[in-house]
Amino acid sequence: MFNLSYKAQRLWILFGFLTVPLILLGMFSIYPALALFYFSFTNWDGLGFDMKWIGLANYTEIFSRADIFAVFKTNLYYFVGGLIQTSIALWFAIILSNKLRGRYFFRVMLFLPYVLHSVATVIMFKNVYHAEYGSLNTLLGVLGLESWQQQWLGNPHLVNYSLAFISMWKYFGLSMVIFIGALQSIPKDLYEAAKIDGASGWQSFKFITVPSIRRVIELMLILTLTGALEAFDIPYVMMLGANGTTTFVIQTVDMAFKFQNYGLASAMAVVLLLIVLLVITIQRKFLFRGED
Amino acid sequence: MEKNDSLWMKIFKYASLIIALFIVLFPIYSVVVGAFKTQVEYYNSGLRLPENFLNFDNFKKVYKIGKLALGFKNILIILAVSLAGNIVMGTMVAYALGRFDFKLKKPIMGLYLAVQIIPLVTTQVATFSVIKALGVYNTMFAPMLLYMGADVLQIVIYLQFVNSIPKDLDESAMIEGASLFKIYRSVIFPLLAPATATLVILKTISIYNDFYVPYLYMPSRKLQVVSTAIYNFVGPNAAQLNVISAGILIIFIPTVILFLLLQRYIFAGVTSGAVK
Repeated sequence: MFNLSYKAQRLWILFGFLTVPLILLGMFSIYPALALFYFSFTNWDGLGFDMKWIGLANYTEIFSRADIFAVFKTNLYYFVGGLIQTSIALWFAIILSNKLRGRYFFRVMLFLPYVLHSVATVIMFKNVYHAEYGSLNTLLGVLGLESWQQQWLGNPHLVNYSLAFISMWKYFGLSMVIFIGALQSIPKDLYEAAKIDGASGWQSFKFITVPSIRRVIELMLILTLTGALEAFDIPYVMMLGANGTTTFVIQTVDMAFKFQNYGLASAMAVVLLLIVLLVITIQRKFLFRGED
Repeated sequence: MEKNDSLWMKIFKYASLIIALFIVLFPIYSVVVGAFKTQVEYYNSGLRLPENFLNFDNFKKVYKIGKLALGFKNILIILAVSLAGNIVMGTMVAYALGRFDFKLKKPIMGLYLAVQIIPLVTTQVATFSVIKALGVYNTMFAPMLLYMGADVLQIVIYLQFVNSIPKDLDESAMIEGASLFKIYRSVIFPLLAPATATLVILKTISIYNDFYVPYLYMPSRKLQVVSTAIYNFVGPNAAQLNVISAGILIIFIPTVILFLLLQRYIFAGVTSGAVK
């Protein structure tokens, strides 16, 4: 290597440094993505090599079976929960990036749920929501609010709210810290100038804060949406998708691994991907048009 | 803005913070106190503090029956190998993309970005077949390989750092006759250390917390990690909420300690990754 010219070395470095990472990327990201498209046109059961090209039959099945699309209703809870979570996170980010007694303490504490182990967190909430001995119902009892006590996981009208809350609880600290990072990049003199001009707190929020962190808000909205569409861990670990908590991804995973219908599962995954892409495009085109 | 705050605004701010703090801490509190209670005590004492904070029976029980030691050992091995590979790959890609101009640069960046949009869980169907074909199904190599590759966020963070290292450093090393590899090893790699520190913490937390990959690719009980250990334990022992509480607590502790010690770096990493 030492005797090679820098030009030759450059070639060796590019080749040597990129080959293995790109092979990994190819094997575990690109190939699976392409294979997904291929499988979605077959009736593969996922076991042998017996695979027949059946064209668009899987897609027709998805769009003609109401039960497959009906589960998106469950994802909606996570989406609305995500929107609430993002707004709460923005509120706390704003107050915690200004001067405030104990702001570092609050930042650390509110971020804490994000670093807690995900499965253990869901199991923790199983204890919290327990109908008889759960700490939530116990707390309501202590406060004299017995009439508010509920079967948090047993009641089909409540269970999805209970689960979506776990997701909000866990992730709002992350959104908050991301917002804090964005807020710190806004020059302080902008606010001072606005104050001199007599702007109210709400006006400086609307005309300075929001436009300055537009990109991050946009990113958070996309993450909220894709996160909601991909909701899986919480309802799966907690309920195995029972009691009306099946999300689209749980259904896809069941279709693949439980019902051995890889073809249909792949088509469902492609549909999900297309929905995600569609939403991102719409959001970029309409919600934030006229900028950049 | 602080000076303009009315008293009511101040009260509102602190009230909202205290409510949020309560909501965050309440579930954790109930697990902490529950973990030290006996079975009978748990079901009778509600939210009160345990009679004896030195009652470690639940911890011993869940540690032994749940085979948590095995879970911790396995995840440590997986973490060590995955992180080592991940750092090497991440810095190499960032060096190659950050220091040299070549035709494939943009397409490679584009590929890393494109795969990011694809919902990870959905491609598992095909990833599963790759893992099987490689013959690493139900071995520790499966999660190691899956965690090892660099992701786009990591590359973006590293690239930012590479770009901030002056090119003069490379040039003066060249004048002294250093090879390009030596420049990577002795100049670039050490200067990327702050970014590496942040990324290691974030990756450690996400690998330690991951449930899906070990659950799907390592079903063998001998290969259980912390996630799958507690998942398996809760099934048949659903009634013993006090013992389960102890298990949850044991699993929480490592990342909480890591976080409290290194929160400065974590916050720095999360914020610098997001603004881009």
